[in-house]
Amino acid sequence: MLEIIDLHVGVQGNEILKGIDLEINVGEVHAIMGPNGSGKSTLAQVLAGRESYVVTEGKVLYEGRDLLAMAPEDRAREGVFIAFQYPVEIPGVSNTYFLKAGLNAIRKHRGLEELDAIEFLSLVKAKAKFVEMDESLLNRPVNHGFSGGEKKRNEIFQMAVLEPRLAILDETDSGLDIDALRIVAGGINKLRSKDNAIIAVTHYQRLLNYVIPDFVHVLIDGRIVKSGDKELALELEERGYDWVRESVVVSD
Amino acid sequence: MIKAADQVDWYLSNFEVFQKSLNGEAGSHIHAIRKAAIARFAELGFPTTRDEEWKYTDVAPLTKVPFEPVFDYALNGVSTRDVERLTFGQKWARLVCVNGHFSRELSSAPSLRRFSRGIKMGSLAEAMKSDPGLLEQHLTRYARYDENAFSALSAAFLLDGVFVFIPDRTILEEPIQLLFISTAADAEFVSFPRSLIVVGNNSQVSILETHVGLENNVYFSNAVSEVVLGENSVVEYEMVEDESERSFHIGTTQVHQERNSTFTSNAISYGGALVRNNVAAVLDGEGAECTLNGLYVVADEQHVDNHTTIDHAKPHCSSHELYKGILAGKSRGVFNGKILVRKDAQKTDAKQTNKNLVLSNDATIDTKPQLEIFANDVKCTHGATIGQLDEEATFYLRTRGLGLETARDVLTNAFASDVINRIQTPSLRDWLNVNLLIRLQRAREKREL
Repeated sequence: MLEIIDLHVGVQGNEILKGIDLEINVGEVHAIMGPNGSGKSTLAQVLAGRESYVVTEGKVLYEGRDLLAMAPEDRAREGVFIAFQYPVEIPGVSNTYFLKAGLNAIRKHRGLEELDAIEFLSLVKAKAKFVEMDESLLNRPVNHGFSGGEKKRNEIFQMAVLEPRLAILDETDSGLDIDALRIVAGGINKLRSKDNAIIAVTHYQRLLNYVIPDFVHVLIDGRIVKSGDKELALELEERGYDWVRESVVVSD
Repeated sequence: MIKAADQVDWYLSNFEVFQKSLNGEAGSHIHAIRKAAIARFAELGFPTTRDEEWKYTDVAPLTKVPFEPVFDYALNGVSTRDVERLTFGQKWARLVCVNGHFSRELSSAPSLRRFSRGIKMGSLAEAMKSDPGLLEQHLTRYARYDENAFSALSAAFLLDGVFVFIPDRTILEEPIQLLFISTAADAEFVSFPRSLIVVGNNSQVSILETHVGLENNVYFSNAVSEVVLGENSVVEYEMVEDESERSFHIGTTQVHQERNSTFTSNAISYGGALVRNNVAAVLDGEGAECTLNGLYVVADEQHVDNHTTIDHAKPHCSSHELYKGILAGKSRGVFNGKILVRKDAQKTDAKQTNKNLVLSNDATIDTKPQLEIFANDVKCTHGATIGQLDEEATFYLRTRGLGLETARDVLTNAFASDVINRIQTPSLRDWLNVNLLIRLQRAREKREL
């Protein structure tokens, strides 16, 4: 589904990703872990289409097509979704109003009928329940005045409505208390299926207690230095990132 | 085109023609005002950018055109269908003027008959005959012709317009619309839309004043409205200016507030080539509250200047102001917010905000707060911002499937929404939102965004 080949990315002249290779197949959950500043979020943002990052080398193929050549909205319409680490507040734009516009743009692109107001309303109500989100948040301006936990839940709610094929979760667990984490993780698990794939970018292992990954990759200084299964995440939790760093130095 | 030296004379000689057309009015009170006003206009002349009040707005293009005053009422092809469209499908009371003259055939006040006790509304010309005392007491008393050339012109050519009188202890549930239509006359023409709204003590009314052009011709609409609020009265005042693309519009709304009255205006400017809106309120009784909101949306080479003045004349009054501007193309916006706190006006609470969204590289905005405070125990704040669309928010919306243009439109609309959403009538809000999007679309087609 997704093939990242020797991806180099810079921002303002600094190289942040220094050659990433990664293959993700449908039905898989990949965790990308790493210390602060390792380039995890950069990878997520580049996949979503953030323009301030410059790809200097390499390519990304999504369903065999050049993902990096696609505008952010085209990626969304092709089924790529990003749950942001810091969802932006947009005063004056209602949560459901913009989501209806987004969903219908995606449906249209896929050759499906656009939903009318009533169909959309019953859909969002069902999905809100799905991620245990308070219905009163639906008509509020996007993320405006939401608590940190509500913002993250809103991201997963949007994911539930848009039903992406590839979801990139950028530190979705950060800033969540245990109860919120459990709910958000529950939502992710319900959305997990054999027809989609998930990339979970995270600093800590705790999200992975709930969302069990098929693969774990450790990203340090712009490179994937180690890959494994869920056991790797546990080992990282116990021994810290320095342990990987040292072992990499040794293997160098 | 009129030469600079003859620009004032053009109106003086037109006044002579106008004066001759008036029969048997020579000795009337109103005619004395007209004569005083034209004499004052001759002294003042048109303002230039050397005048502080007109620093950012050059009216020279307007003064050069030999506009013919419209002395007589003519329907000029305006149909009831046009009126239905311009009343947003509402059946509320409407007082319609065509080129400044009251139109009996286009106006109607269906729902008011039920509780019409003491309510007066209709033609200003008729009110001059039927209610001379009331008009003498109010007309031209607030929008003073001795200070402003355009108010002087309006008073000099004062002939008709709309008049609304709401007696004491009267609450009107439905708005009254004052609809001023400018439409094709043979020549380039000037009209003088005029309104006088007098609201008694303990009364409440909502007014919607709209100025629209039906054809894309060159004209000059020199509008003056006077609004008088009695004690404890509440007035909600929506103003929508959607004049033709090539027109000039100079509008003055002068509000006079008695004790404990509440005035709220939402002034929307969409149309016109050169527009100047003066909204001024005198808070002339303790406990008065005044809220002035505005939205201007300009593109191409439009120039829109909003001047507001809030005169805190008495203690314990509060005022709030929020004006927002959206600018595209090579347009130019001006906001000047004057807050005057007089010596006696202790415990004044005044807040002013002006925010601007600039969508193109060539648009300009001049924003200027002007606080003149002579009392010592007051709270006055002001702030102005000028910015572009939030890149983060645009990206966020795009990652949810919205196209770049849609995302930008949604965000621009959101910027306007805190003014538009204050308007009470849903159909008017819809009209404003749709027209905003049409304007953005048009600007985009011209590659102005």
